Amino acid sequence: MTTSVDSETKRGGLRALHASALARSRWRTAFLLSPPLMWFLVIYLSSLILMLVTSFWSVNDFTQQIDHHLTGANFAQITSGAYVTIIWRTFLLAALVTLTDAIVAFPFAYVMARVATQRTQRILLGAVLLPLWASYLAKVYAWISILEKGGALNWTFSKLGLPDPNLGFTNGAMWIAFCYIWLPYMIVPIYGSLERIPSSLLDASADLGGSAWSTFRRVILPLALPGLIAGSIFTFSLTLGDYVTPLLIGGSNSTLIGNAIYENLLTGGNLPLAAALSTVPIVIMIVYLAIAKRLGAFEAL
Amino acid sequence: MRSRLSRFGLWLWVWAVLFFLFAPIVTIILFGFDKSNVETWPIQHWTTHWYSVAWNDPQVRSAFVLSIKAAVVATALALLLGSLAAFGVHKARFFGRDSISLLLILPLALPGVITGVALNSAFQWAGITLSIWTIIIGHTTFCIVVIYNNVIARLRRTSNTLLEASADLGANTVQTFRLVTFPTIATALVSGALLAFALSFDEVIVTTFTAGAQNTLPIWIFGAIRLGQQLPEVNVVVTMVVILMFIPILIAARLTGTENFAPRVAAAPKSD
Repeated sequence: MTTSVDSETKRGGLRALHASALARSRWRTAFLLSPPLMWFLVIYLSSLILMLVTSFWSVNDFTQQIDHHLTGANFAQITSGAYVTIIWRTFLLAALVTLTDAIVAFPFAYVMARVATQRTQRILLGAVLLPLWASYLAKVYAWISILEKGGALNWTFSKLGLPDPNLGFTNGAMWIAFCYIWLPYMIVPIYGSLERIPSSLLDASADLGGSAWSTFRRVILPLALPGLIAGSIFTFSLTLGDYVTPLLIGGSNSTLIGNAIYENLLTGGNLPLAAALSTVPIVIMIVYLAIAKRLGAFEAL
Repeated sequence: MRSRLSRFGLWLWVWAVLFFLFAPIVTIILFGFDKSNVETWPIQHWTTHWYSVAWNDPQVRSAFVLSIKAAVVATALALLLGSLAAFGVHKARFFGRDSISLLLILPLALPGVITGVALNSAFQWAGITLSIWTIIIGHTTFCIVVIYNNVIARLRRTSNTLLEASADLGANTVQTFRLVTFPTIATALVSGALLAFALSFDEVIVTTFTAGAQNTLPIWIFGAIRLGQQLPEVNVVVTMVVILMFIPILIAARLTGTENFAPRVAAAPKSD
């Protein structure tokens, strides 16, 4: 009798203790999280929302002041005429850069993860991360120096007896520079996903008579897909919004969405139109992520 | 035979990519010592003249000082907010826990121009004049995730038994933090801070929209390349920026390894 009452009170006490510990941990979590969350809410998210609202405002032609009446005029403007060409060009370039980087990165990441010794693996990882952390502008400027008329590329071609490629200040130059700058962002996640593949799977595939090619296509590639998608999110997204590289190394036909935003805001003084243009990369990225999710890219992560 | 051939092909590819990754960086460093005003490859005459020109350029100096100031303050704020977020998310189980990591990575995952325009429209709307503080606000926003990643990775690897042992031996929460938790995460904090500093020091895309009349070093470089002015000096300045970024990066690598080294990539959703 008494023992059962004892255990009752004990259990009740334990429950109360547990509840109070839980409440305390909740308070602790709230206390720790509120400063960073407030920062993001007040500064970042509210700015993003304000930007979306701004995209429905307009600029008064006479006063140059922002007119706060809602209008869809900015979106009508960016879905017709020259802006469609710019958006389309940006999208194609981002896709091309992503594809190129995936092709260049994959064999490299494969050697890092599955062929190299541990020591070499570490060296190669360092060799990818150092350029990733080299100054962005230094990398763009380096490509200007290499691709312009008196640069190392023309020199090499002439030494080989080939005609000058004269790639400086063209869309081709922009493509090379983007591929270069974002390449480490593609290598690192592919390497990560390849490294996690258990060797037993590859052995099993070989034991079952799979050729090197079918093992690659049916075992390695599907398991590397999450890394490929993760890398592509960055190569794609970062190309979509860049304006520095096109401005510095591109030519007269190299205007991207980022440049249109930059010019409308900083030289044109048309913040609402710039805000409307800024929604384009966001929408493209949301669609891209939805497709990636559909393909099951996040399940294996 | 075939596998030996494909192995040879793979290594050839690796060497080609390594050349592609490093040739531009080497080129830019070499051009800093080019005597000529007009860059042509190969370099004919060598000089260290442009180093003294850049060193004595008051515009470069003031841009450099502003960059350092902004990076130091942004890093300090990010240290505070990023580690609070990491401690809050670690071990807590609550609805939306994973969305917090996603929210923190957003300023690095979305194109920088979006963060720039968003902050610029907010500053305009609120009537805030652009200054070093608006630069710092922008930089802090995208640096928080770098600290967060470093600290949470370390907390996940730290065994709970250490904290329990400390409590069993009679230490209170503050003592446990000071004597156990802090020493275990100290190198993660330093490493995260160095990465955040380098990220801020080099940033140009968001900064363009949050800086007023004053130039940070990347904005000075951007302007000089655009106008095609002082290009020999640009070579020297970008070389200095590369070196100034490599120093903290190498120290950070020594301290914590390179696990959280690709701040954008490392924050891709992971299940734990």
